[in-house]
Amino acid sequence: MTTKLFGEPVRRREDARLIVGKGRYLDDIGSNALAAAFVRSPHAHARVVDIDVDGALEVEGLVAIYTYEDLHGPMAEPLPVLIPHPQLHAPRTGYPLANGEVNHVGEPVVMVVATDRYVAEDVCDRIVVTYEELPVVVGVDAARSATHAVHAEIPDNVAARHHQETGDVEPALAASPHTLSFTQYIERSACMPMEGKGVHARWDDADSSLRVYSSTQASTSVRAAIAAKLELSLDKVEVIAPDVGGGFGVKINHPWPEELMVPLAAIALQAEVKWSEDRREHFISSAHERQQRQEITVGYDDDGRITALDVHIWHDNGAYTPYGIIVPIVTATQLVGPYVLPVYRVIVESVYTNTVIVTPYRGAGRPQGCYAMERTMDRIADALGLDRALVRERNLIRPDQFPYDHHLTFQDGRPVIYDSGDYPGLLDKLKALVGWSAAEELRAAAAERGKLLGVGMAMYVEGTGPGPYEGGHVQVLGSGKVLVSTGLTSQGQGHETVFAQIVASELGVPIEDIEVTTGDTRRFGYAVGTFASRAAVMSGNAIALAARGVREKALRIAADVLEVDPGDLEIDNGVVQVKGTPGASMPLRTVAVVSNPLRYAFDEAAKQATQFARPGSDDKPPVAVGDAPGLEHVDYYSPIRSTFASGAHAAIVEIDPATWEIDVVKYAVVHDCGNVVNPMIVEGQVHGGVAQGVGGALYERMVYDKDGQLQNASFMDFLMPYASEVPDIDIDHQQTPSPLNALGIKGAGEAGVIPGTAAIASAIEDAVGRRIASMPISPTELYDLMRNDDSELTAACARRSGTGAMA
Amino acid sequence: MKPAPFRYADPGTLEEAIAVLSSEGAGAKVLAGGQSLLPLLSMRLAAPTTLVDINRVPGLDTVEATGDGVTVGALVRHNALLHDAAAARVQPLLARATANVAHPAIRNRGTTVGSIAHADPSGEMTSVLALTDGHVTVATPSGVSTVEWRDFFVGPLETSVHGPAVVTSAFFPALPDRSGTAFAEVARRKGDYAVCGAGVVVTLDADRRVAAVRASYVSVGLTPEVHDLTDAVVGQPADSADWAAAGALARTLVDPDTDIHASADYRRLLVGVLTERTLVAAAAEALGGTE
Ligand SMILES: Cc1cc2nc3c(=O)[nH]c(=O)nc-3n(C[C@H](O)[C@H](O)[C@H](O)COP(=O)(O)OP(=O)(O)OC[C@H]3O[C@@H](n4cnc5c(N)ncnc54)[C@H](O)[C@@H]3O)c2cc1C
Repeated sequence: MTTKLFGEPVRRREDARLIVGKGRYLDDIGSNALAAAFVRSPHAHARVVDIDVDGALEVEGLVAIYTYEDLHGPMAEPLPVLIPHPQLHAPRTGYPLANGEVNHVGEPVVMVVATDRYVAEDVCDRIVVTYEELPVVVGVDAARSATHAVHAEIPDNVAARHHQETGDVEPALAASPHTLSFTQYIERSACMPMEGKGVHARWDDADSSLRVYSSTQASTSVRAAIAAKLELSLDKVEVIAPDVGGGFGVKINHPWPEELMVPLAAIALQAEVKWSEDRREHFISSAHERQQRQEITVGYDDDGRITALDVHIWHDNGAYTPYGIIVPIVTATQLVGPYVLPVYRVIVESVYTNTVIVTPYRGAGRPQGCYAMERTMDRIADALGLDRALVRERNLIRPDQFPYDHHLTFQDGRPVIYDSGDYPGLLDKLKALVGWSAAEELRAAAAERGKLLGVGMAMYVEGTGPGPYEGGHVQVLGSGKVLVSTGLTSQGQGHETVFAQIVASELGVPIEDIEVTTGDTRRFGYAVGTFASRAAVMSGNAIALAARGVREKALRIAADVLEVDPGDLEIDNGVVQVKGTPGASMPLRTVAVVSNPLRYAFDEAAKQATQFARPGSDDKPPVAVGDAPGLEHVDYYSPIRSTFASGAHAAIVEIDPATWEIDVVKYAVVHDCGNVVNPMIVEGQVHGGVAQGVGGALYERMVYDKDGQLQNASFMDFLMPYASEVPDIDIDHQQTPSPLNALGIKGAGEAGVIPGTAAIASAIEDAVGRRIASMPISPTELYDLMRNDDSELTAACARRSGTGAMA
Repeated sequence: MKPAPFRYADPGTLEEAIAVLSSEGAGAKVLAGGQSLLPLLSMRLAAPTTLVDINRVPGLDTVEATGDGVTVGALVRHNALLHDAAAARVQPLLARATANVAHPAIRNRGTTVGSIAHADPSGEMTSVLALTDGHVTVATPSGVSTVEWRDFFVGPLETSVHGPAVVTSAFFPALPDRSGTAFAEVARRKGDYAVCGAGVVVTLDADRRVAAVRASYVSVGLTPEVHDLTDAVVGQPADSADWAAAGALARTLVDPDTDIHASADYRRLLVGVLTERTLVAAAAEALGGTE
């Protein structure tokens, strides 16, 4: 049996547990806990005039009611702006409970604690909150026109004006042989994990300590936030992310109001308190993403090479900016994709609206950036009558140009310097995989069946694995069990498998002996969190370094015992042995026992180890200076900058010209995330991402009416694609290792979702010959576009007679 | 998303069910498959004082297919009807339409009669009851009566039956001779409520010419309606009739609404397209039956 598992399609070790119902999700914890429920604002913008709880007091089972007036000290302050930025000139955050004003439907106003959730909701129903309604701002265009202000002191609704430029764009545009300008839109969607957020808190009065379970992507930071806000010492707070039923970004923002209010109640009431978010709450009080208005001007030459790019984006950040301007920065900096842009200027104005806050959703601004760049490529190709793949190819960064410096500053404050990649390689593979050159034959064949067929593609580069750091702890027990922990959390990605593969490979132990724990502050106190496709890169490398530390110590101890040079030793299948000399060996578990000079013979392992024990020298301490008992090691990985993964997607759509239904009949993905730890898991990530990409392109949107009411706040009307809507996906891999980390890996978590909207928009445009400038698009909207005499025909359509005209 | 408090009763007989409904008064609701009622409760869009669960009532779970038509008991699940071969022979629309009701998990619990009692104009089976010219049987304290579909559907989620009542069955008349049917819909996702659905019945005369065309739509209008499209194609040979003209006529007869998934105009477009497509299929079936 090999322990060299790095790169192998090892089956996900967590799945058996999760699939048979042995997962331990937030709502599985504390079945007897008191339940919290929230009275949430029914208005998008209003002053809270009065809160009358009298009618609720008689409800049997009511335990406590909290309003803003019950909050003191740091809890009465606004929630933190997690990631301040000099260009975020007007940050605003809400309060744990509304302080006099509400800025979106769903904002928490009152917390009720009762014997169970049913009773808590009964109480909520009887609390009468009087509001004075204020004018409502919905959508980027309304925010931009600034007829009304979301926050009175910010009359232009602009929270931030993010600006980067790599040269003087105006003269470059003026000198360009051609220019074109256009405006396009992309709508809101949201993460929609199967399990919503949730918090369970328990106060141990005798120990003055608090244990909190939270369905979070960042347990260490939630811990720090709770300690700060509730004025507890950090060592008296532990936060554990149990099994988390999906995150996709929404659980990285913190502290959510509920993450503070539930512990507050647990302490005040000296009782276990739990809140688990329901789906409606998730729609109206968690987070959304993606709405932008994009104004783009591009200069290019006769060959389609870009000479200058000028982009002005309005980004809807919702009511508050707790997560800073990460999403705008990511859009601004990742927009450039795999291309050489001689001069680039980008301005992203992040604007307030009276809608749910915007924080990262898988892709985190990249799908919008990709949509801007890739649709620009399509427009250039169309204007010049060139193949869309050819225009892309001419603009690609060549493999010999790495490291490639875009002269931009990334979300982590570090330069956008691409570490490695082979973008022409991606494009060639993609064309082969999707059959790009056969598109015209496919189109003709589909036309015979009465269908309009179109192909589209999109390429992306994704900065993954941003710092500042992650850590790993690896410990070998006397039983032979290998404990691995890292502070970042898991939401179903397969960390228990990939981190174990890394340790098995590094340490030479069977994977069955390895146990991985993530997101538990009792086990690992320092961590950043799971986002930005960083877990494998960051914790993977940290754990590899920790495993190497353990290996080194094990070899040193074993060398001492076996009286050989450590360099002559290897660890194979859990046994330390002299290379090439059978017999001269000792099990790693025995090394673990020997590593601790205090060895009460509780068990067989300790007894066995005594045969190896040699009397220590009398003039040295049993534990040498600088050494430590035990066979364990902690290490950290802190990269100088992000590593850049890349990929290319193509979609083939068929459209029914009678009903305007859109069917994605083929979807091809070429993916490069450097060295692959587990190809099966990477493909799973790609599949899930593509499903969300298709959802974002064709199905999902947040339908707000002009009053800021979300019209489709349920799975009945928010159209997440079912398996029946997600096409089969063809995947090809390319592996361009990262030179930045020891394992040569790049992140893979978000890639699948990034190019979906761009590629599908391109394919629809190709099929119908009309410009697609607003995504997502549904059949009813496509019908409107097709019957509108004013909608723009593509030049390709004019060249290709027949399509585009309505029957 | 937890229901407000309610009382619960699960009577063992129909008489008992009626009695409980009577004694509990206006706030009482029948609970059948719960696939429409429970979401309303959980979202607190409905707060009945009492749920009268009829699932223990004997004799309501049968499908009876005779030459006259198909009687579907109140506890027959959509899935049972979907797979009832005898019912499909007598009235093929039943299987064709139930196949479009939601997904298997919901069809396994949701009842066809419950769907009709719920009177959702987006439901397939309300439309099929109308198209086949069916009726329901209603048990009340004053006895058992039948109500024609036309008199039953009053508005969206509203029927003419008030007070303590259990719809015990729905009756779908058999497909007439020399007739064919088809059912089709456009939904945003597979299994969703239709953006627009169409069911049609084409009846031919002895010369295999079109004698009658009836159509009914799903998610179009506030209550199920049946539209007579005969005029557009009457007397034309069934294998070459101008079905597009029938589709065009249908478009002029319907009055769909706009919602977040589709504009009224788009629904009207689909009415035309689906009418034409289903009529082609239904005519072919009718022709096949006359060979
Ligand atoms: C996700 C989802 C998707 C769905 N998609 C579709 C779809 O595409 N098409 C479709 O048609 N339906 C759809 N449904 C609804 C489903 O078909 C329901 O089963 C049906 O509408 C109601 O049947 P039920 O037995 O569940 O009734 P219940 O939910 O138990 O009751 C519904 C209403 O009817 C009343 N009622 C029920 N039975 C009787 C009776 N015998 N006498 C008097 N009153 C009665 C109840 O009091 C209640 O008011 C969907 C449901 C869900 C949850």
